[in-house]
Amino acid sequence: MKYIDEFRDGDIARKLAATLATEVQPGRSYRLMEFCGGHTHAISRYGLLDLLPPGVQMIHGPGCPVCVLPIGRIDSAIELARDKGVILCTYADTLRVPASGGLSLMRAKAQGADVRMVYSCDDALRIAREHPDREVVFFGIGFETTTPMTAVVIQQAAALGLTNFSVFCNHVLTPAAMVHIMESEGDPSRVALDGFVGPAHVSTVIGYGPYEGFAQHYRKPVVIAGFEPLDVLQSILMLVRQINEGRAIVENEFTRAVTREGNRKAQARVAEVFELRECFDWRGLGEVPDSALRIRAEYATYDAERRYGMAYRQVPDPKACECAAILRGHKHPRDCKVFGTVCTPDHPIGACMVSSEGACAAHYTYGRFKEIPLRAEVSA
Amino acid sequence: MSYTRPLDLKHGRVDLSHGSGGRAMAQLIHDLFVRHFDNDYLRAQNDGACFPLPAGTGRMVMATDSHVVSPLFFPGGDIGCLSVHGTINDVAMAGGKPLYLAAGFILEEGFPLADLQRIVVSMAEAAREADVPIVTGDTKVVEQGKGDGVFITTTGIGVVPDGILLDPRRIQPGDRILVSGYLGDHGVAIMSLRENLSFDTAIKSDTAAIHGLAADMLAAVPGLRALRDPTRGGLAAVLNEFASAAGCGIVIREKAVPVRDEVAAACELLGLDPLYVANEGKLVAVCPAEDAEHLLDVMRSHPQGRDAAIIGEAIVDPNGFVQMETTFGGRRMVDWLTGEQLPRIC
Ligand code: SF4
Repeated sequence: MKYIDEFRDGDIARKLAATLATEVQPGRSYRLMEFCGGHTHAISRYGLLDLLPPGVQMIHGPGCPVCVLPIGRIDSAIELARDKGVILCTYADTLRVPASGGLSLMRAKAQGADVRMVYSCDDALRIAREHPDREVVFFGIGFETTTPMTAVVIQQAAALGLTNFSVFCNHVLTPAAMVHIMESEGDPSRVALDGFVGPAHVSTVIGYGPYEGFAQHYRKPVVIAGFEPLDVLQSILMLVRQINEGRAIVENEFTRAVTREGNRKAQARVAEVFELRECFDWRGLGEVPDSALRIRAEYATYDAERRYGMAYRQVPDPKACECAAILRGHKHPRDCKVFGTVCTPDHPIGACMVSSEGACAAHYTYGRFKEIPLRAEVSA
Repeated sequence: MSYTRPLDLKHGRVDLSHGSGGRAMAQLIHDLFVRHFDNDYLRAQNDGACFPLPAGTGRMVMATDSHVVSPLFFPGGDIGCLSVHGTINDVAMAGGKPLYLAAGFILEEGFPLADLQRIVVSMAEAAREADVPIVTGDTKVVEQGKGDGVFITTTGIGVVPDGILLDPRRIQPGDRILVSGYLGDHGVAIMSLRENLSFDTAIKSDTAAIHGLAADMLAAVPGLRALRDPTRGGLAAVLNEFASAAGCGIVIREKAVPVRDEVAAACELLGLDPLYVANEGKLVAVCPAEDAEHLLDVMRSHPQGRDAAIIGEAIVDPNGFVQMETTFGGRRMVDWLTGEQLPRIC
């Protein structure tokens, strides 16, 4: 508990905010993208934006694993559960992501598909062992953080000789997405981002080394930050300092968990089981080269895509949805016409409204009161 | 009444005959329910209970609640005492003095009678402690697989004295919001037992009947605007109900909201927000600003309100938003929960 308090101390936060205010140069703008949904969530939940001086602007990036899952892949998962009769095991947030035809995994479940919510991929493996007569598929999603666990269960399934278990692999890669955001803007020098708050959990696995080439090539500072509110504030201060001094390197605020090399063992596991996909369709970003993983041929029996001959079909996002622009940092959730009216966390239209790490859901849940002119005054 | 074969409370299981209306059902009711809930009304074995109203005037209040908690037994309580406390508290939160309870059981075929007895004994104790007898009830048995062991519905009746008018629509800007103690204990205790989630915690459910505390509060500040026990949905749900009923906003201060370190840590681990976690023995009160300090003193002098705190106030806001000043000095909304934080917990 002590551990949490240290990173939530209001007084330290106010001191940090005061320092920030003195160091931010008047008239200069600092457009900082927090790549991770975890940071988006922390910023909203702790009301951190109120502490930032004018000039510092936070832009939500595509680092919410649920938000970037394209409709076509959810459709495939639904087909597996509904038409192939498998037990589909999935993380809770994924259940509510809108798919084609007004469906979602949750609605498919209500219509009789055997979809089960699990807290970890171990649970999926357990379900497979408990139901030897049924096919069990784990819907693997997430960035580098969750990938090693998926690798481990695939190896466990192989060691156990399980024949009724497979993984529908949708694991994606962070650095590739960051590069894509810079590249997709056309001329990299014109990009209106000044720095990145780098991923926390992802970096515990891959280390901070992989961002060094990025920072150098695009001349954008990256500060790897933990998910506690003070981590985020501290990393913003570090970014502002780099920008002021014209530096663009990778700094590590999250030293208590992240090293340059990361977790070598986890990386080795991932490399044993997975290989790079040439291309992966991200919701909002479209086709991104070398940005995702698939299961190696040695583990083909555990690859649901091969096992069920699944072919990927691209499905466009709903017309009204501005998720694509939001994930790239071009727009704010409030810029979407259906935000908070047609699209709400209870009835999400786009994926950013589903998980609490999604930019739209975070803004709806924690910040939307700021959009509405308040006559609210705290009475004496 | 004599039976050739006594109920096997050690190894026996509920079977369909226990709900059939025949001898086995009569035996179950007599040997288990009547025996433990024992009182004159129940002994009469009617389908309903006739009882006198207390002298004086007032309005009747009736509340009912169904209980489907999983697991059935948890640190600090079980579905039995919970079903008694929950309904007593619902009556009390309407400003009523709870007088009588009715209990309906839906039992699943195969449910061990020993567990049922544990639950019934726990209900009987809870009712006795609260001094609110269970005067009538009903039992049904459903086939195996069609229930979750035991479902219990309890209904309570009470009397609200004249002059008491609890209604969240009466909340006005400036009114103060108070809570009676640490939040989230019940929800965390239950979650600690969930399959796949099990973690070690010393946290026990706070399940308790709090009509005594409510009565003291009403006696001290009859002008109380609203009372509510923050069960499912936690404090956040209550505040949002209040705000939308009253058509005003609410601001609370994170620092002032009592949450135990262990609960905060467990929530952190599970990715939950304690404001949304269930409680079973706590209340939220709203009173005019000028009564707040006095009410706080009264609450703190009651054992169930020792850790009471003033956590915020109602403000002018036609949108009815609930906001929180974070420990950081920033502000954020405390919105209704979307979906569920986790599978149902009470
Ligand atoms: S408000 Fe809904 S539809 Fe609009 S961008 Fe956000 S998620 Fe997409």
